[in-house]
Amino acid sequence: MALTEQEILAGLGKIVNEITGIPANEVTPEKSFVDDLDIDSLSMVEIAVAAQDEFGVEIPDDQLKHLKTVKDVINFIQA
Amino acid sequence: MRLSQGAPGARVLAFGGYQPADVVTNDDLAQRIETSDEWIQSRVGIKERRIAGPQESEIDLAVQAGGKALAASGLSSSDIDLVIVASCTLEAQIPNAAGRVAHRLGIEAPGAFDVNAACAGFCYGLAAANDAVRAGSATNVLVVGTEKLSQWVDWDDRTTAVIFADGAGAAVVGPSDTPRIGPVAWGSAGDKSDAIMVKDRNSFLQQEGQTVFRWATTALHPVAKAACERAGVDPAELAAFVPHQANLRIVEAIARKIGADNAVIARDIVLAGNTSAASIPLALSRMIERGEVPSGGLALLLGFGAGLTYASQVIELP
Repeated sequence: MALTEQEILAGLGKIVNEITGIPANEVTPEKSFVDDLDIDSLSMVEIAVAAQDEFGVEIPDDQLKHLKTVKDVINFIQA
Repeated sequence: MRLSQGAPGARVLAFGGYQPADVVTNDDLAQRIETSDEWIQSRVGIKERRIAGPQESEIDLAVQAGGKALAASGLSSSDIDLVIVASCTLEAQIPNAAGRVAHRLGIEAPGAFDVNAACAGFCYGLAAANDAVRAGSATNVLVVGTEKLSQWVDWDDRTTAVIFADGAGAAVVGPSDTPRIGPVAWGSAGDKSDAIMVKDRNSFLQQEGQTVFRWATTALHPVAKAACERAGVDPAELAAFVPHQANLRIVEAIARKIGADNAVIARDIVLAGNTSAASIPLALSRMIERGEVPSGGLALLLGFGAGLTYASQVIELP
């Protein structure tokens, strides 16, 4: 069964918090990882690897660079 | 046909390290390219690095480090019968570096060859030295990692200029009644050969940072654990973990995953930058010099880099 947006958002919030220390409730769909959350490219790789473990969806590096917002990642995982 | 008589084991007798005199700080780099001290420290963990001038070659660096290791080992140049130089940044490939380094150190007529396994080169060379001593192909071996990355880096490319640096590190390996260099766990991933490369003789070093970071933080801790397992060493017994100094975030990510809870983690990159094949012996020589690691303690080494190549082994510290 596919995960809901809320479930993925909650999981991403936890992952971002573990990797960057940013409070999970600041991770909302419209936020840009780089511009709003100030997350760098290497932390994005760590987030992608952790998201793969959590949701079973691989996010390759060539895709990762197109995922700007939290919503983009949610959509990618749901697709 | 007879077989050669080897030693029951091999050990590292001493390390030596050398950095060129010129310090290049992050602020120095920020004057030339769009970067900052804060940006560099947060991404790669480097505060400063050393760069060799035009008068100092990778051979000169190797001679300095090799000479120090030799002096610290208590052996003389006539005791060495094999010289291995690990490097991926030689200005010219012919002749090899090992013969020139040996000659400059007064080591007469040793076996002499180079290893190119990029940043994993020192661990490959150390494994070859261990095997040579145990097989009886050599009695005492000088292994040197030397790099002058500055001559292959585009100083206007902020993705590489902030990372790479120059330096050399060396070890003297000799026979031992008991094994004090563990079995090597090594391998390669040629499918990712594009991730770190110099395309041709007129190109600079280029690196796909995210690809390398992902690989290094996910594929290498099992290699380090395999080296421990093959040596029969529990990671909790390790006194030191000395991975290639690629990026402080990679070093710390791997360290978290291997369970070396009692080990001193090498963080030499902060003051040395990424010196490829030189980074492990350079870091170890300083940790020993500063008394941060105990003689007789176990150290886990892990080299990894372009190729992609990797190698890991446990050693007993001299």
